[in-house]
Amino acid sequence: MITPQRSSSGSSQSPRSPSSQPFLSVSVTDPAKMGNGVQAYISYKVITKTNLPEYQGPEKIVIRRYSDFVWLRDRLFEKYKGIFIPPLPEKSTVEKFRFSAEFIEMRRQALDIFVNRIASHHELQQSDELRTFLQADEQTMERARFQDTGIFKKKPADLMQIFKDVQSKVSDVVLGKEKPVEESNPEYEKLKHYIFELENHLAEAQKHAYRLVKRHRELGQSLSDFGTAVKLLGACEGNTLGKAFSELGAKSEVLSIKLQKESYHLLMNFEEPLKDYVRAVQSIKATIAERANAFRQQFELAETVKLKEIDLNKLRLTRSEKMVDAEHEYEELKEDSEEAIRRFEMIVRLMNEEIVRFQEQKTLDMGLAFHEFAKGQARLANGIADAWRSLLPKLEACSSSQH
Amino acid sequence: MMGSENRGFEEAHLYASREEMESLVLDDSLTGKSYSDYRSAMSTLSETHHPLSPPIIATPTDTDPLLSPPPPPYSNVSNPNSPSNSYIEPPSYGDVNFSPLDADNGVGVNSIESPIEDLEKSMVLSRSSSSSSEYLKIMVSNPQKELGASNSIVPGGNTYFTYLITTRTNLPEFGGSEFSVRRRFKDVVTLSDRLSEAYRGFFIPPRPDKSVVESQVMQKQDFVEQRRVALEKYLQRLVAHPVIKKSDELRVFLQVQGKLPLPTTTDVASRMLDGAAKLPKQLFGDSVSAIGPQDVVQPAKGGRDLLRIFKELKQSMANDWGASKPPVEEEDKEFLEKKEKLHDLEQQLNNASQQAESLVKAQQDMGETMGELGLALIKLAKFENQEALLNTQRIRAADIKNAATAAVKASRFYRELNAQTVKHLDTLHEYLGLMLAIHTAFSDRSSALLTVQTLLSELSSLHLRGEKLEAASSKIFGGDKSRVHKIEELKETIRVTEGC
Repeated sequence: MITPQRSSSGSSQSPRSPSSQPFLSVSVTDPAKMGNGVQAYISYKVITKTNLPEYQGPEKIVIRRYSDFVWLRDRLFEKYKGIFIPPLPEKSTVEKFRFSAEFIEMRRQALDIFVNRIASHHELQQSDELRTFLQADEQTMERARFQDTGIFKKKPADLMQIFKDVQSKVSDVVLGKEKPVEESNPEYEKLKHYIFELENHLAEAQKHAYRLVKRHRELGQSLSDFGTAVKLLGACEGNTLGKAFSELGAKSEVLSIKLQKESYHLLMNFEEPLKDYVRAVQSIKATIAERANAFRQQFELAETVKLKEIDLNKLRLTRSEKMVDAEHEYEELKEDSEEAIRRFEMIVRLMNEEIVRFQEQKTLDMGLAFHEFAKGQARLANGIADAWRSLLPKLEACSSSQH
Repeated sequence: MMGSENRGFEEAHLYASREEMESLVLDDSLTGKSYSDYRSAMSTLSETHHPLSPPIIATPTDTDPLLSPPPPPYSNVSNPNSPSNSYIEPPSYGDVNFSPLDADNGVGVNSIESPIEDLEKSMVLSRSSSSSSEYLKIMVSNPQKELGASNSIVPGGNTYFTYLITTRTNLPEFGGSEFSVRRRFKDVVTLSDRLSEAYRGFFIPPRPDKSVVESQVMQKQDFVEQRRVALEKYLQRLVAHPVIKKSDELRVFLQVQGKLPLPTTTDVASRMLDGAAKLPKQLFGDSVSAIGPQDVVQPAKGGRDLLRIFKELKQSMANDWGASKPPVEEEDKEFLEKKEKLHDLEQQLNNASQQAESLVKAQQDMGETMGELGLALIKLAKFENQEALLNTQRIRAADIKNAATAAVKASRFYRELNAQTVKHLDTLHEYLGLMLAIHTAFSDRSSALLTVQTLLSELSSLHLRGEKLEAASSKIFGGDKSRVHKIEELKETIRVTEGC
């Protein structure tokens, strides 16, 4: 199976020769600023390498922007209810941050992971939406994007559904049934509870991870300033002491650089994965909501069918003309109800599979992230220890020459 | 002449041979260069021998002026008390009485003498200040709460803490090898004030703060402990100073049991009142309206003599706005250079100290955040473990837990690191405090200079008056009795002022 890539802009490689095994690898690269002023945005190169027949040629390159990714996600979310659609990085609200190098790189990495997860999901990878996204030329993409915004997005059947939803809600209120109908599945309850709690814990961990990144930066800055000050102080002093001070200052500055590097590493390889995890959990919450919707629909339809049946039987007894129409309606309703049940059950089935997949993937991702965290910290600590250790003999030389 | 001067300094003895002292250049051409010039030069030199001092001034070349036939500033020891042959007998510590008035005087004399003694003693030297032959060690311990006599305003009396100060020494001036006294903080303040009066121009280590507010805020225990440590450091620094360790004030402080027999500092109000009382007398000429020599030693500002304050103020204004140069000026180029350097050093120290503070803060933040991350991860790990439906979660939980414990440990290390860092970088702060003392010394120097200028201009005006009067009286036959009287008074005044 094709595995998703992390923290590298290269594409994943298939272990076997390209022609024999079906593979689909995608990479998001080369962010470039387009347009001016308020209209400015970042475009990315999306490179698809594949030998699947549905796709054009061994390699295809298209230009996409953030809203295209959003389109892809929304389409998939609507169509594949029950599947945990991979999360997208957030829209950035702060203007000046939008074009900072760090932010752009963070976003590119997240988008790359996003597409690769879709491409490696056994169902999602076969979707038309993905194919369009990866292959269509820019104009087609743009059209597709515009088409799907606003109310025109909804198909007539959907509109009817919305209307019915509102209707049923009103009747609920009127009849005094205010509490929304929910599944009474203890295992599912447990899962829901787990997901909600998990989000809280993860969010907290991520918050501290981000702060830690900032602390590294601050410490690095502080060391650099300190080093400069010490060097200046050394300039006031005479020979040996002055030299000692300038050595100290130089070492401080060296360490400052190490800290800045580690800060970046920590951001990309620890904090971002944690953030990604949080997003993934939020995506699951969205799926949970969908499932609840589906459950409610099929439940209400079932109720309606029952009522309709009672009506129909009444009509049958009185042998009225309305009976034929009523029968038609009844049949239709029954179909709808069955459809709703099917949809709901599919969601349930999919979710069960998805949970397992999710947990597996998360264990791998997190394991890697913690590994990187520990590695980075160890490297930093060693670097710091070495730097100071190497300074000691120099300082001793200085102080002994004083005596 | 003084022997070659090496770096370093051995414990100064008062037993320097007389010939060394007498061979001191006493080129008393009263050019009017104040001994204050000399003393500040001395103080910069003594500073070099201060074990804690930055060795900026430590290079031999700085001390050269003392070797070669000294240029006037360094060798002139115009001394109010001693025309040409003053250094016959250095007063030994035994001679000095401990009564308040004498202490001032005696100290006044000492302060002139000791720099010279220091100078000659510094001929023989080794760098280490703690040579095996003699030592003076101080320990502060055992803080105790005591009740003071109630001042009736504050009901319930005032309580204060006393500290046991133990001294171990083999210096002969102290009549013993080990002794302890109990002192309270107020006594320390008195000591430091008396020292700064007596040793003007020296870089006296600053005493611990009074910190009234802090004492209310902190827990009594912590505050007392903090103060104890600060006192110990302060006293140790005092005894490490080659000149001050020989001071009577310090010895009295360390040795004399019971109430500290040093004059306490009076507040500004009472000083002003005293001065105001004296003023009418001075103006109407009842007393000899010249400042006595011993008073000249002290700066005008802190004293009781309002008239003198006014005179000096007038002089300083004349200096600033007047066209003519005052007769005595800060001409000492080398001093000015050193002053520049010290100023520079102070700036850098300030800067470095600030950066050190922010470094410490950054390290502390780092430690804290690391700890918080660790805790959050532990919670996450626990949660995953509890709710685990699948094995993958358990594996993940284990991973997270490992990372979490590591983070918490790292956080603890950071805290330790910071404690160490604070300790060591604190030296920077101490030096900054010392800078303050240097400033005081400099301002002492300039106020002494001002005094000299004032006196000189007064002297010249007195001379003028004297001439006028003489001219006048010679015209009038027989002379006016009162005028003659006035002339004589004037001559007396002139003499005294010249003495100053």
